[in-house]
Amino acid sequence: MTHSATRTIDGTPIGRVEGEGRLRIELHAGAVASVELRIFEPPRFFEALLRGRAYTEPPDITARICGICPVAYQMSACAAIEDACGMTVGGGLAELRRLLYCGEWLESHALHVYMLHAPDFLGYDGAVAMARDHRSDVERGLRLKRLGNRIMEVVGGRAIHPVNVRVGGFYRLPTAGELGELVHELRWALGAAMATVEWVSGFRAPAFEGDWDLIALAEPGAYPSLGRSVQASSGRLDIDAADFLAHVHERHVAHSTALHSSWAGGEYLVGALARYAISHAALPPQAAMAARDAGLGEMCRNPFQSIVVRSVEMMVACEEAMRIIDGYEAPRTPSVQVAPRAGVGHGVSEAPRGLLYHRYELAADGTIASATIVPPTSQNQAAIEHDLRRFAAENSGLDDATLATRCEQLVRCYDPCISCATHFLDVQVLRR
Amino acid sequence: MTAARPRLAVFKFASCDGCQLTLLDCEDELLALAGSVEITHFLEASSAVLAGPYDLSLVEGSITTAEDRERIRDVRRQSRRLVSIGACATAGGIQALRNMADVTEFTRAVYARPEYISTLATSTAIADHVPVDFELRGCPINRSQLLQVIASFLLGATPALPSSSVCVECKRRGTPCVMVTQGIPCLGPVTHAGCGALCPAYNRGCYGCFGPADTAATAALIPRLRQLRMADDAIVRTFHTFNAAAPAFRDVSTGVGERPA
Repeated sequence: MTHSATRTIDGTPIGRVEGEGRLRIELHAGAVASVELRIFEPPRFFEALLRGRAYTEPPDITARICGICPVAYQMSACAAIEDACGMTVGGGLAELRRLLYCGEWLESHALHVYMLHAPDFLGYDGAVAMARDHRSDVERGLRLKRLGNRIMEVVGGRAIHPVNVRVGGFYRLPTAGELGELVHELRWALGAAMATVEWVSGFRAPAFEGDWDLIALAEPGAYPSLGRSVQASSGRLDIDAADFLAHVHERHVAHSTALHSSWAGGEYLVGALARYAISHAALPPQAAMAARDAGLGEMCRNPFQSIVVRSVEMMVACEEAMRIIDGYEAPRTPSVQVAPRAGVGHGVSEAPRGLLYHRYELAADGTIASATIVPPTSQNQAAIEHDLRRFAAENSGLDDATLATRCEQLVRCYDPCISCATHFLDVQVLRR
Repeated sequence: MTAARPRLAVFKFASCDGCQLTLLDCEDELLALAGSVEITHFLEASSAVLAGPYDLSLVEGSITTAEDRERIRDVRRQSRRLVSIGACATAGGIQALRNMADVTEFTRAVYARPEYISTLATSTAIADHVPVDFELRGCPINRSQLLQVIASFLLGATPALPSSSVCVECKRRGTPCVMVTQGIPCLGPVTHAGCGALCPAYNRGCYGCFGPADTAATAALIPRLRQLRMADDAIVRTFHTFNAAAPAFRDVSTGVGERPA
C-alpha cells in the first residue's frame, strides 16, 4: 500500500444505530481529506406539516418523529406550547412527567448499552450473537429494558408513542396501586443497573478525548430531565430556553438530510456526557457512588466511555422513579386547562441522547403558525464528524476495513438517532 | 444437526423506527425467536448483513424517494414472504400529508438548501409498489400481533387477526363507551382493531392510529362527531393524521363537505 494514493472508504450502512446513515472517509497521502457522516433518511417534513394544526396536536404528532424517544418529543412539545400559552405545569403533574421520562431513559439506555454498544467492546455483531456467550448479561439488559417499557405503559398508556400525554398534563392519572406495582422490579433494576456500571467500566475503551464543549439542561438540585435553563460545561453559556436559537447556528450541508448545529463557531455535544459534566453533583446517592467507583471523575470526555455514563444514568432513572412513586399523591385533576393565545413558546427537555428543543408560534385560536424542532443528533452531527476527522487521522495507518470498523464504532458511541436527525430547522435560523 | 432456520429480514423506509423497535421490545421472546429464525438483515440490531433471499421480510416505512421506489422492488425480489408493518408501510404514514400539499413548498419551509433534497411528491404504502403478503396495522404496531404474524408465517399459515373496529376491543376489555357515557369524540367505531382499545381505557377518544377498519362507515360517524361539538376542520384534521392517505380516512374531507340540507 502506498501512502501517496488517495483512499476512499465508502462504508456500507452503519448498523446498530437508530435510522440509517453511511460514513465516507477520504484520505489523501495518509492524511484525512474529508469525513462525512451521510444521512440518507428521507425527509418527512414535520415542521411543514405542523403548520395549521391545533396547539393540542404536537404531543401526538411529534412523537412520530422518533419511535425510540417519543416521550422526549412529547415533553418538549408540551413545554413549548404551555410556554406559548403563558403556563407552567408543575407539582404532581410535573413529577409524573419525570416518571414517564425515567421509563424512556431506562428503555433507551438499556437498548443502547446492551444491544447497540456493548457488542462493539466484546467483539460481536449484535446482542443476539453476544447472548451465545454472555446470556445472563443480555438477559439482564432485556429485563431492564422491559421495565423501562412497563413504566411508559403504566404512565403513558403505551411504550412507543404513548397515548396518555396531553398539553396540560395527562388524560388519566395512574393510581397509587398501579405505580406501587413497579416498585419491586425497580428495586431489582437499581441493583442490575449498578451491576451494569461495573460490567461496562471493565470494557477497554480506546484513548480519545473530545475537545468540544458540552451543553445540557441544568435543574437546581436535580439531575436534569425537564426545565428551562441551558448551560455549557465550560460556563460560557447559561441561558433560558427562549434564547436557544439566538446562540445555536444551523447549516444545511449537501451530504445530509440533517442540519448541523454549532455554537459560538465551535462544535458542541449534547447527551449523557454533557448531563454528567454539568450535573454530576446532583446524582442521586447510589448513582453517585457507582460513578465514583467506576472512576468517572467530574467529567468524562471520552465518547467510548459514554457507555459507563449511560449505565450510571440507568441508576438515576431507577432512583428517581422510586423517589417519585414513594412521594406520589394523585394531583387533583389529570391535567390543567391550557387556554390558547397568540404567542411564541420554547420548550426543552433531555432526550436520552441529549437536549431537544421545540419552538411554536401560535395564532390567537391556538392554530400553529410555525414550528421549529432541533433534535439532539443534528446538534451532535458536527461534533461527531469533527471527532471522526481526528480519530481517522490518529489511526490512518490502519487498513481500510479496520479503520472503517473503528470509525463506525466511534459513531455508535454518541447514540445517534438518525431518524430524528432528519427533522430540522427553519430557514431564517439557518442563515443567521 | 438442526435444519436450516427460516431467514428473517427487517427493512426500513421513511419512518420513525418505532415499528422495528417493537421487535426488540419483545424482551421475553427475542432470544427464543432468534433461536427459531436466522436474523439475516436487521440493521438496527446487528451490523452483520447477510445477502438474500429471505424467507420473511418485515418492511417498515413508506416510499418517498426514487431510490426507495427501486429498493422496495429489490427487497420484494429477494423475499419469499413480505409483510408491511405499521401505518407508514400500510398507508403512507403522517408524511403522506404531503400528498395533499405542495412538496416543493414543504421542502423550502424546512430546508435552507432545497436543491440538496430529492424527494417524491407523495408518500405511499408498500402495497402501492409491490405485492404484499400481509399488512400489519398500527402507529405503532402492537407487539403481540407482531409475534403472531411472525409465528404464523413460520408455520406456513396466514395470520388471522381481527379486522373489526376498536369498539369490539372496548367491549371485550369492559371499558364503558367514552362517547356514550362522557360525550368524548372517538374514532373507535371506524378504526381498525389491534391496539387493545388503549385510548378509551385512558379516558380519551380513539384517534385512529391503526387506520380504518375494513368496514369503516366513516360518513355515518361524522354527524355524531358534529353533535359532540367537533368543528368540521377539526374532524378533517383528526382523520388526516397518521393514516391520512388511507382512502376511508382520506375521503373524509369530501364527506364533511356534503352537509345534509
